[in-house]
Amino acid sequence: MSKEEKKVNRRDFLFTASYTIGAVGLGAVVWPLVHQMNPDKAQQALATTEVDISQIEPGNSITVLWRGKPVFLKRRTPEEIAEARAVNLSDLPDPQKDEERVKDGKDEWLVMLGVCTHLGCVPLKDKGDYNGWFCPCHGSHYDVSGRIRKGPAPTNMEIPKFEFVDNNTIKIG
Amino acid sequence: MSDHEYTPKSKVGKWFNDRLPLLTLGSHLTDYPTPKNLNYWWTFGGILTFCLLTQIITGIVLAMHYVAHADLAFASVEHIMRDVNYGWLIRYIHSNGASMFFLAVYIHIFRSLFYGSYKSPREVIWIIGLFIYLLMMAAAFMGYVLPWGQMSFWGATVITNLFSAIPLVGESITTWLWGAYSVDNPTLNRFFSLHYLIPFLILGLVVLHIWALHVPGNNNPVGIEIKKPSKDTVPFHPYITIKDTFALLMFMIIFAGFVFFSPNVLGHSDNYIPANPLVTPAHIVPEWYLLPFYAILRSVPDKLGGVILMFGAIFILFVLPWLDTSKVRSAVFRPIYRQFYWILVLDVLMLGYMGAMPAEGIYLVLARVGTLYYFAHFIIVLPVVGLLEKTDPVPMSISEPVLTGGADPALARKDNEKI
Amino acid sequence: MKRFNLKNLLIVFIIFFGSISNSFSAGGGGELLKVDWSFKGITGKFDRASLQRGFQVYKEVCASCHSMQYLSYRNLGEPGGPEFSEQEVKAIAASIEIEDGPDEQGEMFTRPGRPADKFKNPYPNVKASIAANGGAYPPDMSVLVKARPGGSNYIYSVLMGYEDPPADITLDDGVYYNKYMIGNKIKMASPLSDDIVEYSDGTQATVDQMAKDVTTFLSWAAEPELEERHRTGVKVIIYLILLTTLVYLSMKKIWSRVDSEV
Repeated sequence: MSKEEKKVNRRDFLFTASYTIGAVGLGAVVWPLVHQMNPDKAQQALATTEVDISQIEPGNSITVLWRGKPVFLKRRTPEEIAEARAVNLSDLPDPQKDEERVKDGKDEWLVMLGVCTHLGCVPLKDKGDYNGWFCPCHGSHYDVSGRIRKGPAPTNMEIPKFEFVDNNTIKIG
Repeated sequence: MSDHEYTPKSKVGKWFNDRLPLLTLGSHLTDYPTPKNLNYWWTFGGILTFCLLTQIITGIVLAMHYVAHADLAFASVEHIMRDVNYGWLIRYIHSNGASMFFLAVYIHIFRSLFYGSYKSPREVIWIIGLFIYLLMMAAAFMGYVLPWGQMSFWGATVITNLFSAIPLVGESITTWLWGAYSVDNPTLNRFFSLHYLIPFLILGLVVLHIWALHVPGNNNPVGIEIKKPSKDTVPFHPYITIKDTFALLMFMIIFAGFVFFSPNVLGHSDNYIPANPLVTPAHIVPEWYLLPFYAILRSVPDKLGGVILMFGAIFILFVLPWLDTSKVRSAVFRPIYRQFYWILVLDVLMLGYMGAMPAEGIYLVLARVGTLYYFAHFIIVLPVVGLLEKTDPVPMSISEPVLTGGADPALARKDNEKI
Repeated sequence: MKRFNLKNLLIVFIIFFGSISNSFSAGGGGELLKVDWSFKGITGKFDRASLQRGFQVYKEVCASCHSMQYLSYRNLGEPGGPEFSEQEVKAIAASIEIEDGPDEQGEMFTRPGRPADKFKNPYPNVKASIAANGGAYPPDMSVLVKARPGGSNYIYSVLMGYEDPPADITLDDGVYYNKYMIGNKIKMASPLSDDIVEYSDGTQATVDQMAKDVTTFLSWAAEPELEERHRTGVKVIIYLILLTTLVYLSMKKIWSRVDSEV
């Protein structure tokens, strides 16, 4: 390699190294500017909520706010549970057993996000053709297990992470 | 600006450039002939652009979390510091960035004063620069109010109260500024709005500032016009871009030192006390970069007089190109002017120091001396020195002193030759 | 040889003013007591044990009058602070009753605290606080360390600075003399006395020890990001020095073309 060529190679290396190290720095600068828009620590801390369910009679439901969204807690009667379990899975646009949507030994308690999976409206309770919920925005019908039966919604209403703290309290999130 | 006849390399480039000649502009900026003897005092223009962009970006991000209401502002800043991801970093960059912005602008201004960059044909660049400086001070003043600490509130009270000194309409103007009967929530709200707006006005003026510069081209340390661009200039890219980058990185090291290790040393501890209209701090002081003007303001016992003198201190700068009568541009060749220049630097530093002290005793005396000299420098010294000074011989060209090994008096231009 | 000129004089002035600028931080009192805090300096870190003891002092001595409204109980478990365990944080929070509501009947109610809750205020509002404290407001301590000139040293000095007033000063009822307090008068009686707290880690609770611990805790409370800030700062400056060197060498390379052309 001639002296000139050697010089060019060293120069190119220097410039390439400078650009590369500079780009790394630029990336490190951009990240905080982007990440600051993610949920902050206070938001993350509010991620769980506890609900007192001791006052809910069978057949009734309440709605609570969790992470800014409504959560339906319905205490189903034995008839409603039987009705949910009698449904043929092939009739469901989003097949899912009722057992999969509740906790073992606590089958009465349906805890789900009260948000229609179509475009996000809040469905109305005790309405619709399937004894469950009806979304007035575009006509989605949900059954007594919160599953989509008819209408444009693609999936069943979402079951969030939840657990029984004790017999009277459910912790969501 | 010469006609490059720049033709873009790609077809898409050519199509676009025919409709909006951004690529031609880019080529002009890249090739822009810059004097090759510029020293590091010339890197502060680039540094200032970086400062402006940093403040805008961090400011917009902070505005996503800040709440401009008197009951919530202080708490929202704490929320940013504690809960928002990297909030403490963005906040400290913004608050220290303001100080770095002013540090750079003062160096930039004093460079101009030393090398005569304000002199013909660059008067408009200088004047636009002064408007940028005024807007910077307005933006910084209002920005400091936003955290709604004790200094925020009382600094706002003191400065807005100055307007009441205006005869006849003063009180009405002050009430109008406040939107209330004292500094209060309406004031905070409108300051937030204007604080968001002003940096974009500055951005526009910066474009004009650079455009105006590109007409005659840069001044240089020797202060003489470029006769042979091929010999005396280098293309802006890569020569000046790399040098500006180097200077900017050094600047960023100092910036990082403040942000990460001493983020509150330039501020005032009283601003971590929430605003209280019933309790006045023992010493109300603005941020350091406004201290010289504060000293001038308080050196006059009369309220209106102080206001006039304070604004006068800035307005006198607008006519500087006409006050300085010297035919020689750069202080390198002006031995008498140079001495007065350093006195001015000392004077401004002293005024800054006095601004931080209570306005009494020796501090007040020195503040008055400093104010007197400041005005005397521009109104008396500059015109007189310019006319009477015997300047050193100025070289014929930028390259010449290097080529011939030193200033040869025989080669120096005669005094009345156009610089 | 350095010629005398005004530029050199200027440099002398700058150095002079710079060196005496530290004296501006002294309050109404004399020179502050100085402690070699573990969290000062570019690699400074908080002493975890001291933070936990300091929290105990805050909780048992100060919290009955001084709020810390910008802190949440979960902060006590987050990295860079006292770093209590998750259970300890839950227990600390649960030991406080927090007002919540309204419930379905529209009534406010109280419940045990949760980590997400902010520290409970001892008083419902500022006026109640002033009325209960002889007309003086016990300041909120979330950022108190940053709100006083001298910072940590100031807080420590005030806690240690109670003494008999000089002969020429008379004090009203409920006012005490403090050597380091700005103005020398303070409406809080000396809050610390030996063994007023029994440290759960067995450390001897002298006034000096408690003053150091609670000051350390307050310093963290005001700047919980301190350790991360220092860590990041070291990385940033090293990176910048590296990049500056590369760019400097690139600059020299590029500019070497200019001289060779002349």
